[in-house]
This record gives sequence, structure tokens and C-alpha cells, in this order.
Amino acid sequence: MKALKEIKSQFVPLPMENIDTDQIIPARFLKSTTRDGFGKNLFRDWRYNNNDETNPKPDFALNQSQYKGEILVAGKNFGCGSSREHAAWALQDYGFNAVVSSFFADIFKNNALNNGVLPVTVSDAFLQEIFEQNNTCLLTINVEAQTIKINTTGSTAHFDINLYKKTCLLNGFDDIDFLISRKELIAEFEKKN
Amino acid sequence: MGKTLFDKIWDNHVVETIDNGPSVLYIDRHFIHEVTSPQAFKGIEERGVELFRPKQTIATADHNVPTLNQHLPIKDELSRMQVEQLINNCAKHGVELYGLGHPYQGIVHVIGPELGITQPGMTIVCGDSHTSTHGAFGAIAFGIGTSEVEMVFASQSVLQTKPKTMRINIEGALQKGVVAKDIILYIIAKISASGATGYFVEYAGSTIRSLSMEARMTICNMSIEMGARGGMIAPDDTCFDYIKGRAFAPKGEAWNDAINQWTQLYSDADAIFDAEINIDANAIEPMITYGTNPGLGIAINGFIPVVETIVDEGERNNIIKALKYMGLESGASLLGMPVQHIFIGSCTNSRIEDLREVAALVKGKKKNSAVQVMIVPGSQQVAKQVNAEGLDLIFAEAGFQIRQAGCSACLGMNEDKIPNGEYCISTSNRNFEGRQGAGARTLLASPLTAAAAAITGVVTDIRSLI
Ligand code: SF4
Repeated sequence: MKALKEIKSQFVPLPMENIDTDQIIPARFLKSTTRDGFGKNLFRDWRYNNNDETNPKPDFALNQSQYKGEILVAGKNFGCGSSREHAAWALQDYGFNAVVSSFFADIFKNNALNNGVLPVTVSDAFLQEIFEQNNTCLLTINVEAQTIKINTTGSTAHFDINLYKKTCLLNGFDDIDFLISRKELIAEFEKKN
Repeated sequence: MGKTLFDKIWDNHVVETIDNGPSVLYIDRHFIHEVTSPQAFKGIEERGVELFRPKQTIATADHNVPTLNQHLPIKDELSRMQVEQLINNCAKHGVELYGLGHPYQGIVHVIGPELGITQPGMTIVCGDSHTSTHGAFGAIAFGIGTSEVEMVFASQSVLQTKPKTMRINIEGALQKGVVAKDIILYIIAKISASGATGYFVEYAGSTIRSLSMEARMTICNMSIEMGARGGMIAPDDTCFDYIKGRAFAPKGEAWNDAINQWTQLYSDADAIFDAEINIDANAIEPMITYGTNPGLGIAINGFIPVVETIVDEGERNNIIKALKYMGLESGASLLGMPVQHIFIGSCTNSRIEDLREVAALVKGKKKNSAVQVMIVPGSQQVAKQVNAEGLDLIFAEAGFQIRQAGCSACLGMNEDKIPNGEYCISTSNRNFEGRQGAGARTLLASPLTAAAAAITGVVTDIRSLI
């Protein structure tokens, strides 16, 4: 996993609630046995008419050239539904390194963090404030300080992240490395129980 | 202060807690399937580590398998490769596989319990959000992502932050025609699709105690649909009777030891939950969903909300969008609306008891000619039981199509899909846009409500048929 310290970027707005993982990456694209290439099917059925890549839906944000950047900003309860980690892979493969929302589903949040995609939880009011900015506005997310700033207005919010996960992100470590380092302790635990 | 059921099992499985961070939680049973495991196998191979405890992982093929002609090679190339990769990975890493053609094959959350692999007091994970099903046995069971599958492969543990606990008490007798699926759809409609996010839920109360294990599994299965990390029910005699004698259940002396331990698994009287909700069972009617998340449900004889009266703007926009996708009107009743498909299956409602209920209702009747009805048993064992009890004859006579075990039309991944724009009353657990196929319109309901619509061809109040 690569280290993630600061993201300064424009954002793509998706002001819809309850965006579920079946929308982020529909089940029919889960047949791959690798982690790569899911970005082209991100939000597939919202992006294209009749599943046709030559026929994009013009009113969908990902198809509007004024919206770009590494940050997706979405309505509350983002990532609900299936546990498919393919949702996090698709977001990352497409180029998103952070998702901002006022509420994330639990499994998605874990999956995102395990892949170095940062879920940033802000208040409903702050989320609204971001949605009100125009497309040229930059957001700055600072992992160390746990802050997100709307650069045009200077308005800043704090976000929560547990210390362990933060250390992992800043250093590019992952949980699997950590657990492998704990195998002896785990084996001892097995003996006792 | 007393402990909750959740706390007792959690505390028994914590290897280590990181300061200001998650805990290393030991995992007793790990189920895997073809869709969310290949990248995890590849991951440990790339790291050069072996599976730490391969005997505690059990594999099956369910999501991506055809439900007709399972003895033939899978036609879709990508699906076939995924299933073949599971076979290779399991062989290479010493994991027991109940794949296509094996008498134990089936939907992962159906086979664990029916084989007696799922037991009280365990921690159970699977790369599938409906792992919460196993909580019906008084286990901590939850869905994980592929990175976490890799963690279990590498260390038989996952890193987890302890969730908050919620208890949902359901008291009283159920009305005629109301079954477990209605209870859970009612709860989700009441607290919303995100109402339990961050919590682990324990279902309790006299109504729950009176339910069969199959019914309890239906309820725990859909815990994730209100955002909960998982759902669980304290084990009791109903649970022990269900497990006794199953293939992997403890036997002889081990059985007595197990019972001694299992009977300790309940929330102490003075245990405190972070949240508590009380439900009057008598107020629950047969339920159906009208929208594109499982929280958008109403009593079958109720009305879709009038959108103008919804105060919260986000929720209003949500429902407007859902109704547009579903082709339904604000304020309307669903009763009498024609549907084109009935799907009876999925890890929510494909166990023998579900199929018995359906058979009892349709016996001697024929399906409406305008609907197609698909019955998909949850496992080979359920299919065998269906035939042993002669339910297959009842279904055949009614004009229902019986298929082979798998996830089938629960998710638009394998060959079984609902066509664009058509309506399906489904006993599965998700009505998301496109879940049953691009453009498919899903109405979630109980097996009884689905069977009633199979006979009439329209959305029907089951109470009018019994
Ligand atoms: S039946 Fe549906 S919900 Fe259950 S495991 Fe299969 S795809 Fe998931």
C-alpha cells in the first residue's frame, strides 16, 4: 500500500444518499480474479445508457469534464450493501484517493482503508457547504492533522480516524503485515483456548 | 455490571488490543466462495506466506454458478474461470471445497448451519455481507472484504474495532400470515437502511424465542440491510436441537461439553446495551418493499409515502429517485399490481422450511399464466429434502420451475436475471437498482407473499388466501 499524507484536489460531486456497492460496481463485473481494471466499470449503470460505453449519460458527474480530481464527495450512507472490496478497488482504479460523506457503511469504510482510499466523515452541514462550491474549488485533506479544508472559503472541518489506521496510512503499512507479525501470539492464544 | 452475549463471545476471542486502535480478533470458522477469494489467495502467495489454519476455512461455489445443468461445464467463460480458480486454490492450499457436484454444495450461509459447522459461541467470517445469518446460532458472524479474507488466510485473525451493541426486543404473537421475513422488513422500514450502522444487534424477546432456526436465520441474515455489523440471537433448546446430529456437530462426550458451554451464552440481566428498541409483534403485517433499498418497505395493504409530505430533503429526493426507477407512484397502493417474475430463493429464504411453507400454500393450485416462477433451493441438501418430501411434485404441478442450488437471481451475476423494466417479487434481501439484473425492479417480500403472487399474478395480501 502506498503512503497517503495529503490530498489537494478538485472534487467530483455525487449528492445522492445511500449509494450502494451494487451501484459503485455492479455484480456482473465481479468475475475478475485480479484487483485491477475495475475503474472502467465504476458506477457503470449510472454512467452509460444501455451499458454502452459509447453512449454516456450526459447528466452524470463522471461524464462531465468540468468535474475531475482525486476526491469523490457523496451523500450520506455511502457504500452500503454488499461487502465487495471491488467497490474500493474500482474507486481507486478510477483515480479516487478519498471519499467525503456525512456517513459511511461499516464494511465499505474498512475496505477503503485497507486499500489506501481515505473515507472522510464530515457533518451534514459541511458536506452541504462542499456541494455548494463550484467545480474549480480545491479541497485539501491532511491526514496527519485530520482536517479537510475548502480552499476557496478557508472553511475547515476535523475528521475522525483511529490512531492505528492513521499510522498505517501515513506509512503505507497494511493490516496483513501487522497480523503476520503477530502469528506467534495468535498461536499462543490458540493453545490457551 | 453484566455482560452482553456479544461481549462474552468477543472477549473470548480477543488476542490483543492495539492502543487507540482495533483488536486482533481470533476467527473460529472462515467460509469462502469464488467471487471474493481469488485476490486474497493471490495476495498471500505474493507475500510468500502459507495459509495459517487451512482446516478452519471451508469453501463452496455459489454466487457465480448456473442453476441449470450444473453437471455441464459453465458456459460463461469468466464465471468458469473464477470457479476453476477456486478449485485450484483450494487444492493448492489444503482447503476443503464443497464445489459443484458435491452433495454439500450450496449458498455459503445455508450450508454452514445445515452441516453443523456453524455453532454457538464462535466467531465466523466470510467475504459476503450476509454472513450475519450465522448469528442466529449465538455466534459473532460478520461479512468482511477481500483484504480481510487475506488476513484470515495469513493469521486466522482479523483486525476489528469493537462495535456498539443494540438490542431489539420483539414481544407478542404474530398475526396470521406474518413470518420472519415480515418481522425483519418491518424493523428495517422502521429504523431505515442505515439505522443500525456501527452496531452489532441482538434480537431478543418472546417472539424471537418462539421462532424456528430457519426463521431466526432469515432475521439475522438481513441485519446488514439496516447497516448493522451483524445480528445474533442467544442459543436455546431450539438451537441445540437443530444442531444435534448434523455432520460436523460435536458428538458423544464433546456434545455434553458443548452444551455446558453454550448454555452460558446469553446477555446477563443487568447487561447494558448502547441502544435498545422495542417492537410489538402484533403490529407487524405482511410487508413488501416499493423502493431501491430494503428500508423502503410498507405493509402490503399500506400506501407508498406521499413524497410531498416527506420533510427531510435528502430522503424525499431518495424516494423520488427510487419511485422513478421502480415505475411506481407516490401515495399508491401496490395491491393488485401485476408482476412478471417470482423468485423464491437466496440465503434469506431458501431453506427447507421456506419451501415447505410455499408448498403448503400452492398445493393443488396453478401459477398465474402471466408470471414466471423460479424456486432455487439454498443447497443440494435442501434440494434433496424437497424431493424426499414430494414438494417438487407440488411445485411442478403448480408450474414453478425448480432449479439447482446457488445464489441465482439474488444478484445479477450468474445467468439468472430479471429483464430490464420487469417486476419481480423476490424473497432475497436487496432491492438495489440493478441488483437482479440491469433495470430489474425488485419487490422484497416473504416466501408466502411471493407464493400468493405466483398464484394470482398480482401483488396479493396473503391473508386473503388463507
Ligand atoms: S444468496 Fe444473495 S445475498 Fe446470499 S450470499 Fe448469495 S448473493 Fe449474497
